[in-house]
Amino acid sequence: MSDKKKDVETTGHEWDGIQEFNNPLPKWWVYIFYATIIWGIGYTIAYPAWPLINGATKGLLGYSTRTEVAAEINRFEEMNAGVKAELASMDPADIVGNEAVYNYAIQSGRATFATYCSQCHGSGANGVEEGNGYPNLLDDDWLWGGDITAITTTITHGIRNDEDPDARWSQMPAFGDDYLADDEITNVVAYVGSLSGLEFEGDVTAGETVFMDNCTACHMEDGTGDREQGAPNLTDAIWLYGSSEQAIETSVRQGPFGVMPSWNARLDDAQVKAVAAYVHQLGGGE
Amino acid sequence: MSSTDNPEPTQQLYAAREPVFPRRVRGRFRALKWWIMALTLGVYYLTPWIRWDRGPNLPDQAVLIDMANRRFYFFWIEIWPHEFYFIAGLLIMAGLGLFLFTSALGRVWCGYACPQTVWTDLFILTERWIEGDRNARVRLWKQKMDLRKFRLRVVKYIVWFAIALATGGAWVFYFTDAPTLLVDLVALNAHPVAYTTMGILTFTTIFFGAIAREQICIYACPWPRIQAAMMDEDTITVAYREWRGEPRGKHRKGEGAEELGDCIDCMACVNVCPMGIDIRDGQQLECITCALCIDACDEVMAKVGKPRGLIDYIALKDEVHERAGGEKRSLMKHILRPRTMLYTALWAAVGIGLTVALFVRPDLQITVRPERNPTFVTLSDGAVRNTYEVGVRNKHGESRPYYFSLGVDSPFDVAIEGSDERMVVVPADTETKVRVYVTSQPGSEEGMRDRTEIRLWVVDGVNGDRAFQDTVFNGRGQ
Repeated sequence: MSDKKKDVETTGHEWDGIQEFNNPLPKWWVYIFYATIIWGIGYTIAYPAWPLINGATKGLLGYSTRTEVAAEINRFEEMNAGVKAELASMDPADIVGNEAVYNYAIQSGRATFATYCSQCHGSGANGVEEGNGYPNLLDDDWLWGGDITAITTTITHGIRNDEDPDARWSQMPAFGDDYLADDEITNVVAYVGSLSGLEFEGDVTAGETVFMDNCTACHMEDGTGDREQGAPNLTDAIWLYGSSEQAIETSVRQGPFGVMPSWNARLDDAQVKAVAAYVHQLGGGE
Repeated sequence: MSSTDNPEPTQQLYAAREPVFPRRVRGRFRALKWWIMALTLGVYYLTPWIRWDRGPNLPDQAVLIDMANRRFYFFWIEIWPHEFYFIAGLLIMAGLGLFLFTSALGRVWCGYACPQTVWTDLFILTERWIEGDRNARVRLWKQKMDLRKFRLRVVKYIVWFAIALATGGAWVFYFTDAPTLLVDLVALNAHPVAYTTMGILTFTTIFFGAIAREQICIYACPWPRIQAAMMDEDTITVAYREWRGEPRGKHRKGEGAEELGDCIDCMACVNVCPMGIDIRDGQQLECITCALCIDACDEVMAKVGKPRGLIDYIALKDEVHERAGGEKRSLMKHILRPRTMLYTALWAAVGIGLTVALFVRPDLQITVRPERNPTFVTLSDGAVRNTYEVGVRNKHGESRPYYFSLGVDSPFDVAIEGSDERMVVVPADTETKVRVYVTSQPGSEEGMRDRTEIRLWVVDGVNGDRAFQDTVFNGRGQ
């Protein structure tokens, strides 16, 4: 060994008396190195690799991540085809009682909601912000009904959607356009506020008269609203367009007209029911 | 390699391996290595076959890494994924243990307990049984291929393959019920992953242990380099007492034997070395301190009537001391020194910590994740509601009911989605996640306040065990 060491070439470098040997690599190591080069060339032939002006070489194996994703999606859809068909043909009211269908509906409904509904209702389904006109789906207040059947109808046809004759429809008049005088509006806003304990400027008693004359057809005499007409309950703590004096006055003057599109053209029956079940279980369902 | 015959040596780019044929050796360290080999291999091959009764719903294998159900079973201990810190702790202990052993005893891990060493030893042993001892193997290696050589080679590779297959096979038994898997493996019914794993491990075992052998330690393993950084002048290594041995030479009477040192240049130390080095050249990266050269030299020294220990375990500091004419010193004072005691203390501290943690960990645990999108919901009566995703872990072998509450004088109401009883039934040995609603009274101060600290309690309906988790109730913040 000591003899051998003398024979080994050095690289000629020396630091603090330490020389660097120029020892040869082990052969097997070198062969593995060559093998990786050959493997690398083979790999670029078999798989997409070389960039071209438009795109890249496709590779002999025809592999692509996109087709792999498509195959995965197909596999899962085939797996769920049975339960999905069952959901599509099911009465929405029965979904909760069927565990397999219900679990599928919640999971797929969550994904569908995130894709199609979250733009308005928010990814957390809370309508993003209080008073912005997009209903909070987590609370226990429902304009048009909160059981799965009612929610299914809403999603299928939409709200105030003139493209679908079956859409839920109602329209609050813009009372500011010559219907009510300014002081009448001030008074009726004060009265509406008083229904849920809010105190505004104006004559509540006079406002009550205005309310009884103009508003009870939809909002009912006690102000609790009417789901048949989508008329909100004015006595609770939930305000779709805000609870400030200014916000309520704007509603009275202009008449809110919240529109939701119908989804029966874009989503299939199973998807609609899945979203309905998902929204129902968010915490506000009836 | 030798360039002395060639006046202008051409630089060889690649070196072929010089085969190593370790000779059989007897002695105290060899005996110790046999015992350690029997113990480590025995533990490795037999552990998956130990049974342990855990009741009807749980596996009865004493040591089982159940990937599918995310459980690790070790006799009476069951580790869930969230308790991975036990594994981390064991790895820290293993690391500190290696530091300890390296600073005290040098490369003792490499020499005695490393799987590479143990399996290489096993492969060399079987090679010796089949082909004979060193001289026979060298002859066989040099001779041309004939029927006998072919037969011996075939037998050797069959035996090696069987060992390697058993090694890969034992590995997969740790991950699923061993008796069932064995039947499936033989019936060709097992999962492809089992066969693939066995195939890979069979190949690596035979390649690393039987074919590459010492080259793994020399070229592939990072550990010798790391250990070099942990050694100091007190570290015990295997060394040749050249001041006693040199000048070396054959002791023939009347040829100046009295001027020679104790080394008779019999090459026994070189012939037994599994790394193919000559320890008399001094400290080398290749040396794994397996001590076989000590045994070989002691045997020779006994025959020639000299004291043992021409090659011996010795600390670098003592080498200098003895060379200068000093007396032999005890190894113990090198082993027991502040550095090794500090490592021992750290190692023991982690060990004690883990043991205590193991005994005080609760059977019932809950996790609470407040829903943050949105942080609160106002209900029509003016009450404010928060939602929490609560995970309840039932570590018992039976399904149990768990009851939720917020404490007796809490101003909040608690409800569970889909249950009127504030109760959830968690199946045996699982975690169930439920959505829990906490609601303030309409118009209450808590509903308006920004944050209120709350404590969510869960009570085991069978044995009354309780667990709590503190969290926050978000009000309207007005």
